Amino acid sequence: MNFILIAVIVLGAIGLIAAVVLFAASKKFAVFEDPRIAQVSELLPGANCGGCGFPGCSGMADALVKGADAGSLDGLMCPVGGTETMGKVADLLGMAIANTEPMVAVVRCNGTCEHRAKIAEYAGLRTCAAMNACGAGETACGFGCLGCGDCVEACQFGAISINPETGIPEVDDEKCTSCGACVKACPRNIIELRKKGPKGRRVFVSCVNKDKGAVAMKVCAVSCIGCGKCEKECNFGAITVENNVAYIDFTKCRLCRKCVTVCPRHAIRDVNFPTPAPAPKPKEERKEEKA
Amino acid sequence: MNIKTFSIGGIHPDENKLTHEAVTQKAALPKQAIFPLSQHIGAPAKPVVQKGDKVKVGTLIAEAGGFVSAPIYSSVSGTVFKIDTAIDATGYRKPVIIINVEGDEWEECIDRSDKLETVEAHPELTPEDIINRVKEAGVTGMGGAGFPTFIKLTPPPTAKAECVIINAVECEPYITADFRLMMEKADEILVGLELLMIAAKVTTGYIGIEINKPAAIELLTKKCAEKFGGSKYNVEVVPLKQRYPQGGEKQLVDAVIQRQVPAPPAIPVNVGAIVQNVGTAFAVYEAVMKHKPLFERYTTVTGKLLQKPGNFLVRMGTPMQDLIDACGGMPEGDNKLLAGGPMMGKALTSTEVPICKGTNSVTIISGEEARRKEPQPCIRCAKCVLVCPMGLEPYLLAKLSEVKNWDRCEHEDIVNCIECGSCQFTCPAYRPLLDNIRQGKAIVMGIIRSRAAKN
Amino acid sequence: MGKLIVSLSPHAHGRQSIERNMYGVIIALMPAMLASFYFFGLGSVIVTATSVAACCFFEWAICKYILKKKENTLLDGSAVITGLLLAFNLPSNLPIWIILIGALFAIGVAKMTFGGLGNNIFNPALVGRAALLVAFPAQMTTWPKIGQWDTYLDAETGATPLSIINWAIRSGDASILEQLPSSFDLFLGNHSGGAGAMGEICALALLFGLAFMLYEKIITWHIPVSILGTAFVFSGLLHLASPVYPDPMSVLLTGGIMLGAIFMATDYVTSPMTPKGQIIYGVAIGFLTIVIRNWGSYPEGMSFAILIMNAFTPLINNYVKPKRFGEVPAKQ
Repeated sequence: MNFILIAVIVLGAIGLIAAVVLFAASKKFAVFEDPRIAQVSELLPGANCGGCGFPGCSGMADALVKGADAGSLDGLMCPVGGTETMGKVADLLGMAIANTEPMVAVVRCNGTCEHRAKIAEYAGLRTCAAMNACGAGETACGFGCLGCGDCVEACQFGAISINPETGIPEVDDEKCTSCGACVKACPRNIIELRKKGPKGRRVFVSCVNKDKGAVAMKVCAVSCIGCGKCEKECNFGAITVENNVAYIDFTKCRLCRKCVTVCPRHAIRDVNFPTPAPAPKPKEERKEEKA
Repeated sequence: MNIKTFSIGGIHPDENKLTHEAVTQKAALPKQAIFPLSQHIGAPAKPVVQKGDKVKVGTLIAEAGGFVSAPIYSSVSGTVFKIDTAIDATGYRKPVIIINVEGDEWEECIDRSDKLETVEAHPELTPEDIINRVKEAGVTGMGGAGFPTFIKLTPPPTAKAECVIINAVECEPYITADFRLMMEKADEILVGLELLMIAAKVTTGYIGIEINKPAAIELLTKKCAEKFGGSKYNVEVVPLKQRYPQGGEKQLVDAVIQRQVPAPPAIPVNVGAIVQNVGTAFAVYEAVMKHKPLFERYTTVTGKLLQKPGNFLVRMGTPMQDLIDACGGMPEGDNKLLAGGPMMGKALTSTEVPICKGTNSVTIISGEEARRKEPQPCIRCAKCVLVCPMGLEPYLLAKLSEVKNWDRCEHEDIVNCIECGSCQFTCPAYRPLLDNIRQGKAIVMGIIRSRAAKN
Repeated sequence: MGKLIVSLSPHAHGRQSIERNMYGVIIALMPAMLASFYFFGLGSVIVTATSVAACCFFEWAICKYILKKKENTLLDGSAVITGLLLAFNLPSNLPIWIILIGALFAIGVAKMTFGGLGNNIFNPALVGRAALLVAFPAQMTTWPKIGQWDTYLDAETGATPLSIINWAIRSGDASILEQLPSSFDLFLGNHSGGAGAMGEICALALLFGLAFMLYEKIITWHIPVSILGTAFVFSGLLHLASPVYPDPMSVLLTGGIMLGAIFMATDYVTSPMTPKGQIIYGVAIGFLTIVIRNWGSYPEGMSFAILIMNAFTPLINNYVKPKRFGEVPAKQ
């Protein structure tokens, strides 16, 4: 019996001492953290994708609480959680949020295997970054998509994948959270975050080739040659031609699709429209109209 | 006798010096000469001619675009056809000047005679004169890198030059242009070395040559003794063990004067050595003594499948296709066309790329040799560590670059890599080590630059 | 004209390949294999064949059916090496079913679970051997005598030189050591009374293998020399301190230390990546082997010493870096 009693007392004493030490340490070395940060963290999706621009969801929670104290949550948006999550966070912090447009990643190149002839065979490491460093790639276009999938690797949400027939990546509207990882991964800055648009409809120039028109024409069948017809046609001033390539400003575009019709190269693409854009009128009709 | 060599790593690729004995031929003039505006390290040159202008051989067609830059001179006489873009050695379309060739009229100021001009005959030449003439003539590194020579001859105030080392090593397989230059223009090269020593204000010179060129070693040793024996100059021909990358400037300085250049941003002049390629020494002679700007060079056109590989004295701007035709034409089937040698050369997508200031060779490799085998997982054999001449761990740097761990890459000294390719050459698993390391190195250097810019 | 092929430099490759290195090691193991056939006869042929076949089969099957890899890694030769090395660690009268379990452990647990060639932390053959030693201690510690040509399971067993040494140290009686065969006999493998594991028996054959691998630059001298050198020096010091410890030559020539130093510790995947690291690794293995042999409960310490140091290899790789170019101050 003695032994049992001794054992119980000794262990009990050790336990008590340990508890006192731990309690003292937790008080002395305690780090004060605003309890709101933990609460906001709970509401955030926890994907740690960096799409908000902060290091992980805890970084974002920190920024949100600081923003609330400073008086405004402007500029803070979680693309994965979307407006729903931001609304809950704002309610928790007692703030209002600005309404931001949903964005989506857009691949601005249509140089598929069919449209762009191969002039060389690449035998090295198959990443876009390596191929870009080696030269123009396997085709003559030094600006177009290389098709090795650095963007696919970068996407944490499985929203982008290379279409095996065309060789160009395609974005899944539903899964894309516009975190911007693919934009950073593309060595040729072909991918851009653009407004998703009403019912997912958007119009963009599917080419970033800055070569002069004559050269651009030879390297790809659907390249933008910088002719400027779209710029003249647009009634809203949304299109500018710079460095031999046209660009549509998505804040000004009204989705009328006149540019799609008039582009001689079919380089402007319209996405998610129920009917195709009207075909260009044949030349004789138009001459009659002018007269 | 103990033959000198560098301290760490190194490999022994097959020599393949097919054109060792081929006497240099003058290449035929092209029909159209293409001059990329960026043939050197630094800002691209700016054109000073426009469409329709008539030019002669030696006319200035583009001036230096900044301090670290070099002017470009026409190597042909004719009419400027257009200023446009064309594919150059980088694989991308870059601005070029295209000239239609008519006749072969040279600028009057150029001395075309074969007479050897010596420094003794021109005692008025000061170091500043020499550096100015080198700068105006557009002389840049002829070994391939293309660094403007006049800048190398003016070291920063923190470094003091003690000697000039001529890089006549030519460690890359296939290339023999420097060897033929030494055999055919030895006297001129030595005058060039003397001019370099005057410009750098030193009296010690070395010429490093690999022992697979015994004829050149013998010839230059004899001529050095005749020319510099008993003079105030101390010039030594240093035979070096045949090992790649002996021609890398850091390895050359280590082998010749047993000093190791520290990690970047240190350069050879920080340990007292100014390194110049032997072709650059020749170009310095021509620029200073013959008033001839840089517009032609010795180039080897070679490859196991070529019918008649050879060495050429070629005017810059000549499309490579012309030279390949002179050697019997492009071989059948898929091939790899390299500007440079197989270890550090650049693969090209077009045979119309012109010969530039740094094009020391055009090498053609057959499709079977050119295609890489499928990479297998790393077996951790450490052979890459054994051969790395900079004492790095390529397997680790490649892996860290793949997973984008830039902090650790920087910590593991990825910026020391000289991109020689020894690791990838050796790897039994055919892993693309240098492809990954190169990417990592570029990104880490960018991070270091932006960090320095912020501070 | 055909297409132009492009890639980044270098555009050439040397003669090195995984197959060349692996088959080189297999050739280096041939003298030891022939020696074991000579000394142990039929038993050794059966054990070697079973071990190699089982290792190859398990690697092929796991690659194809469990990992579902595109290309089967069987052909690179590493499974054959594991099979041979595992066999060389076993007594020649081991039943087939035990060998199969050993092979399954070596390939399946020690190699494939970590991801196949290049990813394992511990030497597969040694893990197989250690697993068998722990699971079947009786069968794994009875060693057949040499010279029995046509026996397999019913071979006559005897004391190995290592067990004699163990006995001498434990009892403190140095005279027991006189029962050891002479160094010359140990070198050639002629242990008239005693026995040993199949691959350990003939030091001469192992040294041929070492010479071949050094010549073909498959391995460098650092690991074998540092292991054997440390073992020699340490056991020499012990021998001078007290005669109950055997002389250093006997220590080097008995047991698995030569096999381990030349073939097991030099395994690419589990050894450090820098020459300096390899020497540290080798010295530690040599030291640990002698410690386990003299004061541990097993007579043989090599396998465990190597397995322990395998665990330290990543640490050595992390802290021991090769000398960087440019660290040397300028000589005047």
